[in-house]
Amino acid sequence: MCASQSVAARDNREKLLERSMSRYQYSGDALIEVLHTAQELYGFLSRPLLKTIAHKLRLPPSRVLGVATFYHFFSLKPKGEHTFVVCLGTACYVAGGLSLIGKLERRCAKAGQTTPDGKVSVETARCIGSCGLAPAVIYDGNVMARVTSDSLEAELNKIGVQ
Amino acid sequence: MTIEELSEKQAEELARQQSLENRILCCSAAGCISCGADSLRRALDAEVQAQGKADKVEICGTGCMGMCGRGPLVLSSADHRLYGNVTVADASALVSNNAHDRESLAARSIDLKAPYFSRQLKIVLANSGRVDPEKLTDYIAVGGYQSLAKVLEGMTPRQVVDEVKKSGLRGRGGAGYPTGLKWELVARQEPTTKYVVCNADEGDPGAFMDRSVLEGDPHRVLEGMAIAAYAVGAQQGYVYVRGEYGLAIQRLQTAIKQAEREHMLGSRILEQGFQFRIDLRIGAGAFVCGEETALIASIEGKRGQPRQRPPYPPASGLWGAPTLINNVETFANIPTIIERGGEWFSSIGTATSKGTKVFALAGKIANPGLIEVPMGTTLRAILFDIGGGVPGQKLKAAQTGGPSGGCIPQDLLDTPVDYESLAAIGSIMGSGGLIVMDETSCMVDVARFFMEFCMDESCGKCIPCRAGTLQMHDILERITQGRAADEDLAILKELASLLRETSLCGLGQTAPNPVISTLKYFPEEYEAHIHERRCPAGHCQLAPVEHEVTA
Repeated sequence: MCASQSVAARDNREKLLERSMSRYQYSGDALIEVLHTAQELYGFLSRPLLKTIAHKLRLPPSRVLGVATFYHFFSLKPKGEHTFVVCLGTACYVAGGLSLIGKLERRCAKAGQTTPDGKVSVETARCIGSCGLAPAVIYDGNVMARVTSDSLEAELNKIGVQ
Repeated sequence: MTIEELSEKQAEELARQQSLENRILCCSAAGCISCGADSLRRALDAEVQAQGKADKVEICGTGCMGMCGRGPLVLSSADHRLYGNVTVADASALVSNNAHDRESLAARSIDLKAPYFSRQLKIVLANSGRVDPEKLTDYIAVGGYQSLAKVLEGMTPRQVVDEVKKSGLRGRGGAGYPTGLKWELVARQEPTTKYVVCNADEGDPGAFMDRSVLEGDPHRVLEGMAIAAYAVGAQQGYVYVRGEYGLAIQRLQTAIKQAEREHMLGSRILEQGFQFRIDLRIGAGAFVCGEETALIASIEGKRGQPRQRPPYPPASGLWGAPTLINNVETFANIPTIIERGGEWFSSIGTATSKGTKVFALAGKIANPGLIEVPMGTTLRAILFDIGGGVPGQKLKAAQTGGPSGGCIPQDLLDTPVDYESLAAIGSIMGSGGLIVMDETSCMVDVARFFMEFCMDESCGKCIPCRAGTLQMHDILERITQGRAADEDLAILKELASLLRETSLCGLGQTAPNPVISTLKYFPEEYEAHIHERRCPAGHCQLAPVEHEVTA
């Protein structure tokens, strides 16, 4: 849990998660929806959080962990301040997505990891469906189109990556 | 809203739109937004205020207009012209109705008579780029929900199923199962709780048709689902949409809320005593969930692993109840089939494949974007007349069907696009991704790329797929690194037939397709890698010969 979060905000997150579970009547069928909400609120799914959800939905913790690790969308580790998701769908792949990942791996962290200072997370995506814009990178939730090594470099410099 | 009120609303909205001096439609799909559509829209809004035309000129955001390579795109109702590469500086000319002011726009105008437009036929995409996806009245103005009204007012469920059967529509998710037959199977089940599910888990890399339909015209899909629910006797529906598609999710949520408020969905649809609710289920990034039994498991909150069929979902689906699962594009065809009749629809296309197909053109092509063509159009027409060909290079292959499809060499480009013809040349129709590769793409590496995809996305339930994709990927990787020998090719072929014959679901069964098709059409590339340690496309970095230890 992020230390900078105030106690009030933390309470609010618990309340919001509780509300999401009660909307689905604490049904185990709603596990994926609840995990989505939890990740949105907390940024990632910590073990204690998964345990709490298992308890509330009356599911074995193994099932909750199983589902959380099965789907790529759920992250069990905290994310960096900024996130670069490089699309490696076919169109982006043939347009040179791999070299973008190479650049990020050299300057930041390996795909799927975060820099030690928590500044940047590097991820890959299967296809973000923006094939007309290949190669595409999602930078903090926004799609960057026809990304080149230089334009990526410029963004990294802007946020002060060494 | 009653059926009469729906028609009144349509007339009223049409009259309002016609009374305007100009309606400026701005493409607000991902492609155009990434090249500045948002700031253009703000500039247009400001310009409308500045020229004092708030009551005469309307600025609307729409879904994808198709020509993603020419964005931002703007369609102006005053002169019926489409403008491309529009900049903020053009805003004042666009809002003006003075011919002199508009002269500067001529260079931006896109020729609507070009083959790009004339070779296309739009059914599924008819409203995409023409309506504001966030306004129900826009959809009503173009005849939206009239098909649902027609069905509820004057057709029995049996008649609806018959009409869909007559249309010859086949599943647009890729496999091509006859839609009418599927509906009949669900309709025939005992009257009990039944479900209608829309598969919007578009996972093939290189495919963005469903996303564009959901973003550009969400009500069309909801209307198609409601008609299906009436035909099969379901009261609850789900749209299972990819978690990556944030904008599509948001637009669907808005559309469902609007439709419920106006009684197009919910408990008293169009005051006709029919009820149907639709809920969204957001996927969490598992490609295998596009398989119907895995999708069902995922809606039930479980790991998305497929199960043995039969029983098929029409007999036992969600929570064991009869379930109709169709793809986004399939549902999007339904309102038009009901409106214009099954016979009309079956007059388009080939003997076995009716209607149109939406393709997402991407890769090395001049006009990437979204297109819709009648079935039976040749790949050559799609790639050259519509796609504008390959800039600067020679076309080497076209890839359809994503990781389940195949690579089609350029001498087979006269193949018509229909389910059977594509299967005959070792590819599949698939969901509609069409990726163009030129001489710089290495076909062995493309096969390796797709195999890596299948290996990562294999759910791990059945051994042929879990272990087989890993083995095949390993061999392909060694070939691209120049560390393979002749016998590896034999093992590769043996594994390919093993996976095809023994995997549990479509993912494993079709995973070898890219390998089989590249082996068949580009054997010389494999041989060059293995024997000469050379990549003809100059893409792979092969180990120098002295490192050779495996041979």
